[in-house]
Amino acid sequence: MTMLLTGTDLKQQAEGLLARKRLAAIAVPTVILAYFIYIFFAFDIAGLSQRLRLDNAATLIADSYSYKTEVTRDHRTGATTVAIEGERKGQYPADAPPDWVQVQGNRTVIDMGQGQTITLLPDNAVTYVIPGYGVIQAQLSNGRITSNLTEPIPDWINASGTRIAITTDTGRLTITRSKTEVFRYFWGWEMFWFALDSPYANHGVVSLLTGPQLDPARSNIAGMWNDFWMNPVWRHADTAWAISETILMAFLGTFGAALIALPLAFIAARNFTPNRVARFGIRRLFDFVRGVDALIWTIVLSRAFGPGPLTGALAILVTDSGTFGKIFSEALENVDDKQIEGIASTGAKPVQRYRFGVIPQITPILLSQILYFLESNTRSATIIGAITGGGIGLLLTQAMQTQKDWEEVTFYIILVILMVIAMDWLSGMLRRRLIQGSGG
Amino acid sequence: MTDATTALATGDLAATQTSYMAQVRRKRMYSGITLLIFVLLMVSGFNIADARNAGGFWDGLHNIFDFPYAVVSEAWAKRDQLPAHMLHYVPALVETINIAAVSTLIGALLGLVLSLLSTRGMALWPALMPAFRRIMDIMRAVPEIVIALVLIYMMGGGPVPAVVAIAFHTGGALGKLFSEVNENASLQPIEGLHSVGATWFQRMWLGVIPQVAPNYLSYALLRFEINIRASAILGFVGAGGIGYELKNSMSWGMGKFDEAAAIFLLLFATIMAVDQLSSHYRNRLTQGART
Repeated sequence: MTMLLTGTDLKQQAEGLLARKRLAAIAVPTVILAYFIYIFFAFDIAGLSQRLRLDNAATLIADSYSYKTEVTRDHRTGATTVAIEGERKGQYPADAPPDWVQVQGNRTVIDMGQGQTITLLPDNAVTYVIPGYGVIQAQLSNGRITSNLTEPIPDWINASGTRIAITTDTGRLTITRSKTEVFRYFWGWEMFWFALDSPYANHGVVSLLTGPQLDPARSNIAGMWNDFWMNPVWRHADTAWAISETILMAFLGTFGAALIALPLAFIAARNFTPNRVARFGIRRLFDFVRGVDALIWTIVLSRAFGPGPLTGALAILVTDSGTFGKIFSEALENVDDKQIEGIASTGAKPVQRYRFGVIPQITPILLSQILYFLESNTRSATIIGAITGGGIGLLLTQAMQTQKDWEEVTFYIILVILMVIAMDWLSGMLRRRLIQGSGG
Repeated sequence: MTDATTALATGDLAATQTSYMAQVRRKRMYSGITLLIFVLLMVSGFNIADARNAGGFWDGLHNIFDFPYAVVSEAWAKRDQLPAHMLHYVPALVETINIAAVSTLIGALLGLVLSLLSTRGMALWPALMPAFRRIMDIMRAVPEIVIALVLIYMMGGGPVPAVVAIAFHTGGALGKLFSEVNENASLQPIEGLHSVGATWFQRMWLGVIPQVAPNYLSYALLRFEINIRASAILGFVGAGGIGYELKNSMSWGMGKFDEAAAIFLLLFATIMAVDQLSSHYRNRLTQGART
């Protein structure tokens, strides 16, 4: 109808608008795509495939859910040792090897699972029985390794005159001039509950709880708790300390910042401070400490206080007092004046006016902000801990730098995620209860 | 409250007053106990942190300005070189900003999809809504440094580990905020589109996105601000950008502090500028949405 009245003008206008909208709808994805293409070259994504260390990734993934036990025979001394991950802490006593390693006189028979057997024979000789392939025999004599392997050699065997490596699903046999090594892989995290020297290692839960007392000096439950908590490999007590240190950093930093920011926020709020110079000064101070950022504060403060949780807590405190100051002063500027006037009309002094007229109004906002920051600062404290050296962040970086105990890294990552989720839950619960409670 | 009202109904003023005073006393006692516990926690927490720190708080307090003084005085002594240093670190700064921008973009796209999949009335598979919510919770809980360190081990230092780490966390964080926005969006356009046979993608793209875009943008800008800081920190642990340069210039120690000062200045200026820009545009977006 309208088209008849205003002629083709309106139609053209509508078409122009639609065309512009359509252009915008195409332009935004195009700009984003163009930016991604620029990033593709700027970050050298194409070269990534060369830099990607797949072997590192494979070690990491395999190590996070499994571990290996090494049986090593030294060719010079002829001594055989069995150790978890080849570590001194995980070494089995010579007279009590695990039940899949059997010493029969001068022979050592290793059951590799799936019917495979490796036998370490005298004179540095080895036989490997692999069902479906056959029996591999190898021996080191006069500095050369000879074997019964014939062409074609399958690709899971790597053989030369100085080194033979056989890799199967369950493990690996390596013979070099200095030693013979057998790896057998197992599921799980080694010695997570008890170290090998604990009397409770290699027992089931049921037999420990209902079975006879293993250590005459202490009850099974007390002894188990002590051996688990003091586990020298996993150091559960230290890990728990580190977690609480990280939470402590977040707690001290967040609440300390709130305590410092609250009085300053009154100075920065327009309706409480008529003095423009003071207001401007405090606001710029807030902007400054916020803008300098936690990273720089961490560096500056760790020069003065050294590494540790206090430095981390102070870094969070300084940065967040700027953020809180800004949020609090904005909340104060939005305060309803009627309540303050009402309190003032009863003859209240300024302190009483603040206490009964202002604080009840802003408490829910402040508390909810503080609790929200407590949760997010738990994450920051992990990162700051990695830089300044405290808490779970430090343990995580240390475990990564040694580049071998990836099961510990996995454990720490899981703990960190659980910690943050727990803090998230706690802060959400407190937020709901405090804000509803303060209204009633 | 019930005591007071019943007392008031019988007209016994004295009883009302005593019951009111009793309530006030109880409330004061509870707040007093809460305050006491809080103060105890703060003091003992401070003492524990102080004891476990390498240097004590009171010993360190008067050294607090030593390092800033050393940096500033060295930078002042070589102030003629400062502009050149700053220019030299601009490419690193650009890398840091790029890391933040790319990861915010990817994270926002991830969060967009996740939030749509976990909002009632919009989800493609309503039965899987709780699963997507849990996924977002976990993504949000992972600190950036965890993913960054693992990826640095696998692919060496550089911007890509930082991008993946920040984008992952951003996806979870923005997903949660976006789904709160979605809950306030009207479902009628979706129903309308559904009735004419639109696919899920069309319903979301034409029915939901136009409603929520301003709020999404505002949250994404806020996240960009946060991610600039995150990408500087990740650089410090080896993920490239200005944080990496800062770590290098710091480890050279005295004599190179003028370069550290240049980086401090660049980083400070960038964070301030991004803060100002983002808050300006966020104000415009939310004000525009209101009218």
